[in-house]
Amino acid sequence: MIYNAKVVLPILILFVVVLTYPFWQGGTEQRPEPQKPAKAAQCVEDAAWMRANHMQLLDRWRHEVVRKQERSYTSTRGQVFEKSLVNTCLDCHQKSDFCDKCHAYASVKLVCFNCHLNPELVEP
Amino acid sequence: MSESRRKFIQQVGGGLVGLSAISLLGKFTEVEATANTEVKDKPAQIRWGMVVDMSKCKEGCTDCVQVCHSRHNVPDHGNAKDEIKWIWKAPYKNVFTSKSHRYQQQGQLEKPFLTLCNHCDEPPCVRVCPTQATFRRPDGIVQMDFHRCIGCRFCMAGCPYGSRSFNWRDPRENLKQLDPHFPTRERGVVEKCNFCAERIDQGLNPLCQEACKEGVITFGNLNDPNSEIRKLLGEKRTMQRKTELGTAPSVFYVVES
Ligand code: SF4
Repeated sequence: MIYNAKVVLPILILFVVVLTYPFWQGGTEQRPEPQKPAKAAQCVEDAAWMRANHMQLLDRWRHEVVRKQERSYTSTRGQVFEKSLVNTCLDCHQKSDFCDKCHAYASVKLVCFNCHLNPELVEP
Repeated sequence: MSESRRKFIQQVGGGLVGLSAISLLGKFTEVEATANTEVKDKPAQIRWGMVVDMSKCKEGCTDCVQVCHSRHNVPDHGNAKDEIKWIWKAPYKNVFTSKSHRYQQQGQLEKPFLTLCNHCDEPPCVRVCPTQATFRRPDGIVQMDFHRCIGCRFCMAGCPYGSRSFNWRDPRENLKQLDPHFPTRERGVVEKCNFCAERIDQGLNPLCQEACKEGVITFGNLNDPNSEIRKLLGEKRTMQRKTELGTAPSVFYVVES
């Protein structure tokens, strides 16, 4: 048997409860719900794919635009887009409502806007 | 895991399986070396260049500088140490250091000349950049990838023309108007003229060329013998800056006869 079980077991149980708190207290319900942009019915690729892969897509875009002069993107649906964070993504989405909400929730720091400008703040 | 890495691992895995299958079958065949790998020295179709005719340039006019700096979000910090510049005017004696002497015509040494990155055909800044943040595009534009710049400033030491500026301060401190269509830079990054690469990719000419009402600037393809720029170079006496260094600048100056 466990040595000193009367003391150790409750502490152990309490520890596991505290450790798993974020999982069972209903955290998924607090997931941010950014507004659907009114401008377009569909994103560049479908939403689930974008949620998982947008960082890689943006990384590929910036590389191709700056280093290879390939400035347009043909989506899997065959639509053509300009590879541009400001002119394409932020044309529909708003940084404050879209990027910031999820990134705050996921606690991932955004560095894009250290250089790229958020049109919300620039245009009157 | 990034998509490309996942693909790479899959391919390597597939390759290993294939290789072991081959070795199991004992079917090693020797591959003979072929001479097909030789690269032909083919000149590029395009090499962008510029001719500057200072005899047409109006004294005190800074139209080209204004447009370039405002559209590329180049800040004015108001002091020489922090200064950022893409295109500017400097006295002849500083622009053509090796062609100046003390007995020159009156006023020549102090005469302002328009200067910018030369987009050298043999750019020393590209050779010294440890991250390839500065590179030469196939069309001759010496481009910067600000995403990659680590701020080591080797390129500033390498460039013999002082074409590059370092952001000692956050550029947004001193930008009154921001153009969202072009990014600003961050503190700790080098920058310089990009020959308006973002416009050239859309088939437009550089902003400075468009902004100048006097026709000082001619822009075009140096590799096309029928281009306007080549005709001008064929007609007028022109010179480049510090040719003795072997950088082969793509910016030319018309010399008054
Ligand atoms: S002028 Fe200077 S910065 Fe421009 S390509 Fe030549 S070496 Fe590089």
